[in-house]
Amino acid sequence: MGSNFIDALFIFMLACFIGFEVIRHVSPLLHTPLMSLTNALDAIAVVGAIVLVGEHPHNTFATVLGVIAIVAATSNVVGGFLITDRMLKMFKSSRPVKK
Amino acid sequence: MTEFAGSQYVIEVIYLIASALFILSLKWMSSPTTARHGILAGEIGMVLAIGGTLLRHGIVDYKWIIIALVLGSGIGIPLGMVQMTAVPQRTALSHAFGALCVTLVGTAEFYLRTPHVEKFMMSVLSMEVILGGLTFTGSLMAAGKLQEILPQRPITYKGQNLVNFLLFVVAVGSAIYLVIHPEAKIFFPIVVGVSLIFGVLLVIPIGGADMPTVISLLNSYAGLSAAAMGFVLDSKLLIIAGALDGSSGLILSIIMSKAMNRSFTNVLFGAFGQVQASAAGGQEAKPVRSATPEEAAAILAAANKVVIVPGYGMAVAQAQHKVRELYDMLTKKGVDVRFAIHPVAGRMPGHMNVLLAEADIPYDRLIEMEEINGDFPQTDVALIIGANDVTNPAARSDQSSPIFGMPILDVDKAHTVMVIKRGMSPGFAGIDNPLYYLDRTLMLFGDAKQFVGGIVRELGGGH
Repeated sequence: MGSNFIDALFIFMLACFIGFEVIRHVSPLLHTPLMSLTNALDAIAVVGAIVLVGEHPHNTFATVLGVIAIVAATSNVVGGFLITDRMLKMFKSSRPVKK
Repeated sequence: MTEFAGSQYVIEVIYLIASALFILSLKWMSSPTTARHGILAGEIGMVLAIGGTLLRHGIVDYKWIIIALVLGSGIGIPLGMVQMTAVPQRTALSHAFGALCVTLVGTAEFYLRTPHVEKFMMSVLSMEVILGGLTFTGSLMAAGKLQEILPQRPITYKGQNLVNFLLFVVAVGSAIYLVIHPEAKIFFPIVVGVSLIFGVLLVIPIGGADMPTVISLLNSYAGLSAAAMGFVLDSKLLIIAGALDGSSGLILSIIMSKAMNRSFTNVLFGAFGQVQASAAGGQEAKPVRSATPEEAAAILAAANKVVIVPGYGMAVAQAQHKVRELYDMLTKKGVDVRFAIHPVAGRMPGHMNVLLAEADIPYDRLIEMEEINGDFPQTDVALIIGANDVTNPAARSDQSSPIFGMPILDVDKAHTVMVIKRGMSPGFAGIDNPLYYLDRTLMLFGDAKQFVGGIVRELGGGH
């Protein structure tokens, strides 16, 4: 278990560096859609909630908390992707006619 | 945890692909031309990850999972269809939902594992519920303020920082006690409860103008709590997604705090909204010059270069579509119209860009502060719509001003400055704006939407 945690820490550190490098290059123009996209991606926590509910069918406490958690996270997944897409559709470049 | 190795590997590979797609998704967000690929990558990654999880052998009961997934999607669709002006509160609400999920799973995991919880496990579990708890209530408060259910002005009281600090110490202290004595179950609800209260108190003293920083910070906390959950569940996918979200929020908070000239530690320790309306009173009415829509239209029509500076007031008045009409009208007359976007204009990072894009204004006309500031001396008219503090020249010159040092848009260097404003009341932070008393400044008193509409009518009729 101990070495697993160390592995996980390495992964966390590397992912933070990747995150910094990738997101530093996002144009300020897209900061709002960026936030709603990361929000949707972050809702991957739904995976943990699914495992919680699925693996403990006879534990009412775990099931209730897990179901609420799935509902909350899924609404972020669906809503987050939806609104990000709607926002990005709106960003248009000026047509060549206009100068 | 004791599944057949074969299928476990398949699932891990699916997670690996999903992680790669998530990173690509964010990478493609760097430019508006590739951003929509980014969404697709994110969606595929998400479907793969959820699908892969459902294949796990340990999962024996699907009924509740399916019900919850359907219910969540049902709530998610209307949340994805909100008006663009409501995006800041929607974002805050989704931070709350994300944090709620993390906190609930963390709580369930604790009671499933107790009393045999390893020290490292207990530490990350505590981190998960502390960050999750305070993000949940803090984001709810932020959403309430943005939706104007709660008062927008900062609520402060004596010893506020001390109370917050003590609560934080109680939460962390109880968590440390749990790490040493994981069988002391009673301390767990204390950790969660205090974190929930802490989140409320953290956001109470924050005013609307500080919202961009706060939302970014809560975004970061939500990500970090998800990463902590990844440690608890030993899910590398979750660690990666949480780390990406956490670093994204952190970068945005740094950008926002720089744009407000606050040190980052100042932001981290929750000392938002400390700029007080101290010097608001005692101002005698100084003479200002005002103008009618007709006069404003004549000046704009005669200009070569116009820079429009939008602010939160434009969003409140829902004036962005009228502004687009003005943009079209002036562009047709051969006037070069651009928009100057201050990083903290509005209520969240990038807020103005989204509103103007919604109104069909091409994004290459939206210019960042550093890029456009050098152009103001060659600008004929700077038209300020619902922005105040981000144009206040006192930030450059007046050391006693609470916003001294904050980077601003140098609108006062334009030949003519026009300010659409409801009245002479000081801005959000209660700071007087010397810009309004300059000789080159014309005050256009009225509602932003109506006034811009008036200018558009004049420009159309006088043609």
